[in-house]
Amino acid sequence: MPIRRTLAAALAVLALTATAACGKSGSPSAGTDSAVKPSGYTVKSGVALDGSATLAAAKKRGKLVIGAKADQPGLGFEDVTTNTRTGFDIEIAKMVAADLGFSDSQIEWKTIDSANRETAIAGGQIDYYVGSYSINDKRKAQVSFAGPYYLAGQDLLVRKDDTSITGPESTKGKKVCTVTGSTSVDQIKPYGADVSTFGSYSSCVDKLITKDVDAVTTDDAILKGYAAQNSGQLKVVGKPFSTEKYGIGLNKDDQVLRNAIDDALKAHEDNGDWKNAYDATLGRSGSPAPQPPALERY
Amino acid sequence: MGILFEDGNFGLFRDGFLQTVELSAVSAVLALLLGTLLAAFRVSPVPVLRVFATTWVGVFRNTPLTLLFFAVTFGLPRVDVHLSAFVCAVLALGCYTASFVCEVLRSGVNTVPLGQAEAARSLGLTFGQTLTQIVLPQAGRAVLGPMSSIFIALPRNSAIAGAFNVAELYSVQQTLSERGYAIFAVFFWVALAYLFLSALVGLAFRGLERRPAVAR
Repeated sequence: MPIRRTLAAALAVLALTATAACGKSGSPSAGTDSAVKPSGYTVKSGVALDGSATLAAAKKRGKLVIGAKADQPGLGFEDVTTNTRTGFDIEIAKMVAADLGFSDSQIEWKTIDSANRETAIAGGQIDYYVGSYSINDKRKAQVSFAGPYYLAGQDLLVRKDDTSITGPESTKGKKVCTVTGSTSVDQIKPYGADVSTFGSYSSCVDKLITKDVDAVTTDDAILKGYAAQNSGQLKVVGKPFSTEKYGIGLNKDDQVLRNAIDDALKAHEDNGDWKNAYDATLGRSGSPAPQPPALERY
Repeated sequence: MGILFEDGNFGLFRDGFLQTVELSAVSAVLALLLGTLLAAFRVSPVPVLRVFATTWVGVFRNTPLTLLFFAVTFGLPRVDVHLSAFVCAVLALGCYTASFVCEVLRSGVNTVPLGQAEAARSLGLTFGQTLTQIVLPQAGRAVLGPMSSIFIALPRNSAIAGAFNVAELYSVQQTLSERGYAIFAVFFWVALAYLFLSALVGLAFRGLERRPAVAR
């Protein structure tokens, strides 16, 4: 029975792959648990924003369509088994939605890849986007930004017991991992690091745990999420060497909506929701909450 | 569409293109050698070799390539085998493509009339000589068409390596997208590069097919 033999061999290979894939012990958590829960946000009623085409369409639809990331634990993460989304960016998106008059159940989430963000916003597939979206001039030509709501900076994630890496200068000759094609590559190379790139940050984190690389580098917000997920094993160095302003991306011509989102961010930063959201998500990495950055209205 | 000629993008694109070419070429050589060897195993009179080759084809042809890349890149370090990313990519791509080459060649072997092998054996050629000098040359010519499909697919499959630490065309696309260039322009140039490679492989096989076929 050659077929049965082939099957047995194939299964053996699969079993090997499966055991190889079980490097991490325990089940992963999305970086949030019941210790600190972000509270629900009060939904405003009777919000009238005349002149915002995006919001008029959303009202008619009865749903707000928000673009987000699904693969960044603690920041923008989708648990496909329970179909829930958690993370700091998700909380920010919910606060803003509440101030625009939409409750959690009236939000339709869409996972949008980094490369497709501008296309999705300009094409009207989403009403606004919250997902580690750095404000820069090139992007401002295609979309507009509310915020910034968080000041991130490129940092390093290392194993907890590693004392040799204290900042970007000490990565000379060390193996540093980041995601294929990201701007983090250009920013770490001048320090003389030996850079390797993979398709996702989780691949990098896996390589860090198996000691194939010495550090993972990208925005500290993303790294904090992984540190929270693998609590006790990894730590963020805490010496940011770039500035990334995270903003909420929306249609370029919708000034009314942009002002409304800015107002919502301001209100939630002032009443403590912003800090609560941070403590419940990224704060679990052990890095204390920073001050929210000043809004840049234009 | 002029993004290729701004801010030093051309150098990045060229390096990515050359890396794709190199990865595809090395993998193609590995796939051809390994595939031929496997085909020889599958038609050989030795049961152990036949089972080995059949199992190989069964496993590698039925596993998604991305999964193979994962197994090589993340599985091997766990058993303390540390290879460079390029070698990992060549192994995954080469072994995967070899299984297809093997099956195509085997069907080619079946097109060679049995009399050819019988005549060779009665002239005193060994099994190995019969295979390499009489059967395989004719089998290869018979399956140039499907073979060209396999080798046109290879450079396109190599894009997966971009997500596994090999700086090829896919990484170029990721880098340029991240830098905020218009996505259609980026994809236009990357698609053009792959099209160029496919056309080149296709032409090479057309040339091979035009060579006088074996007289039957």
